[in-house]
Amino acid sequence: MERPLSGTRPAPPRPRAAGRPLGWLVPAVTVGGLLPAVILIQDAVSGALGANPIQRATLQTGLLTLALLVLSLACTPLRLLTRWTWPARIRKSLGLLAFGYGVLHFLIYLFDHGFSLGVMVDDVVKRPFVTAGFTALLLMVPLALTSRKDSVKRLGFQRWTRLHQLVYVAVSLGVLHYYWGVKKDHTPPLIYAGIVIALFVVRWAAPRLRSGPRPARPAPGRPG
Amino acid sequence: MPNDKDQPGTPPTARREFLKSAGLFTVTAAGLAGGLEALTRRPGAGSAEAQGTAFVRPARPLGPYDTKEAVTPWEQATTYNNFYEFGTDKGDPARMAASLKPRPWTVKIDGEVKKPQTVDIDTLQGWFPLEDRIYRMRCVEGWSMVMPWLGFPLASLIRRIEPTSKAKYVQFTALYDPKQFPGQRGNVLDWPYVEGLRLDEALHPLTLLAVGLDGRVLPNQNGAPLRLVVPWKYGFKNIKSIVKITLTEQQPKTTWALAAPDEYGFYANVNPAVPHPRWSQATERRIGELGRRATLPFNGYADQVAGLYKGMDLRKNF
Repeated sequence: MERPLSGTRPAPPRPRAAGRPLGWLVPAVTVGGLLPAVILIQDAVSGALGANPIQRATLQTGLLTLALLVLSLACTPLRLLTRWTWPARIRKSLGLLAFGYGVLHFLIYLFDHGFSLGVMVDDVVKRPFVTAGFTALLLMVPLALTSRKDSVKRLGFQRWTRLHQLVYVAVSLGVLHYYWGVKKDHTPPLIYAGIVIALFVVRWAAPRLRSGPRPARPAPGRPG
Repeated sequence: MPNDKDQPGTPPTARREFLKSAGLFTVTAAGLAGGLEALTRRPGAGSAEAQGTAFVRPARPLGPYDTKEAVTPWEQATTYNNFYEFGTDKGDPARMAASLKPRPWTVKIDGEVKKPQTVDIDTLQGWFPLEDRIYRMRCVEGWSMVMPWLGFPLASLIRRIEPTSKAKYVQFTALYDPKQFPGQRGNVLDWPYVEGLRLDEALHPLTLLAVGLDGRVLPNQNGAPLRLVVPWKYGFKNIKSIVKITLTEQQPKTTWALAAPDEYGFYANVNPAVPHPRWSQATERRIGELGRRATLPFNGYADQVAGLYKGMDLRKNF
């Protein structure tokens, strides 16, 4: 379906650490992505989460999961459209942050139900709304476990890429989970669905346009 | 004191590089965090300033229908509301409440009654002695409160307007006015909001028309100036800001039952044994508590109301 993407190949050797271009980028994304968790904890402590703090924390961590997942999925299309190389460098961080918030979302759900396995199994089996969210989180587990660079080597690039295409299923289930979770105003989940579909279209179309008769643009310059 | 970065052999551009990187780091981290907050953070609770104090509440013993459970604090009862006419977020009603003008207000009473009329709200509430009723309220979403309503039994009003022999149901209609209800400018629900009860449910002594809360005039966000309270049913049955009460022969087509008939039935009796399609109804969170408690059949009012549904399959008639 999708051809190997250059951004997932091991980066070329850098001349020296201090002068490494965009060396600040990945730490900045990591810190920026973790700040909402810090703010959430602060809100919980100060009572700013309102009358139903558990519900608010559940909603907020769920939205953070989806937003970060969509951002991680936007990296490749962005690179394909712009020929920038930096989006590929933050993709893994965004994906792992999404997974982290997904786990937090799930832990809050478990806490809400007294860590009752019976309630959880009942919900997952009987309610498509929960089934979709739970499956999305499960699909992210192998992706998080194989997010290290040496996982690409150990699995082989092709298998690693195929495995990581599970993220398309995960994000679709995530949007469905959000859609089903909303009582009435479906506009926000539909906006997410629209963005995800647009990203799929770019992924599908950009390489095909590129392999067409004329190159869209001159080859990208190396950073630095 | 020389900076330890300023070592001989380090070109002066290295320091500049470092500062530039630090700046870019900060801007990017703050930008991403800010963006994520903007996307996911829900606005905090609106302010619930005192809303008038017209009612003087006499000290009284608990009545036969009162719960002894702790009353939900005013601050939470008036800032955590489902009132889609103001918006779908629970903070929207308190934030937007000023746009509703609950006086002057008239209520039209029509349909299968011998005395159809249009009556001013102050006249209407003057007809009956107002009573305090401390009721549990259970939202279909799985949270609950304990509300000190002030009002009069709907039965008193129905007897006064004298239903005809054809009257089988009571239909309630809320105000439709997008100028006062910003949430009605969208099509989230089919406005105006309509709810209904079977006549025997409407005549039950627990069923209240509320005009106040905790000894005060009903705040706008809680359904001013007149709302229905049926404590053994899910909260959405308790229609707010009523402008019309119609007695009918046919079962009313109610708003949520039309919007999602598989999720919100006409009866909507609180029933821990019948799950919502997306979640169990076996437990609920009392606002102000972190854990969950078991949901009681008919919200704890089974002794009083279970008889109304004798012979009915409450899984079908949910």
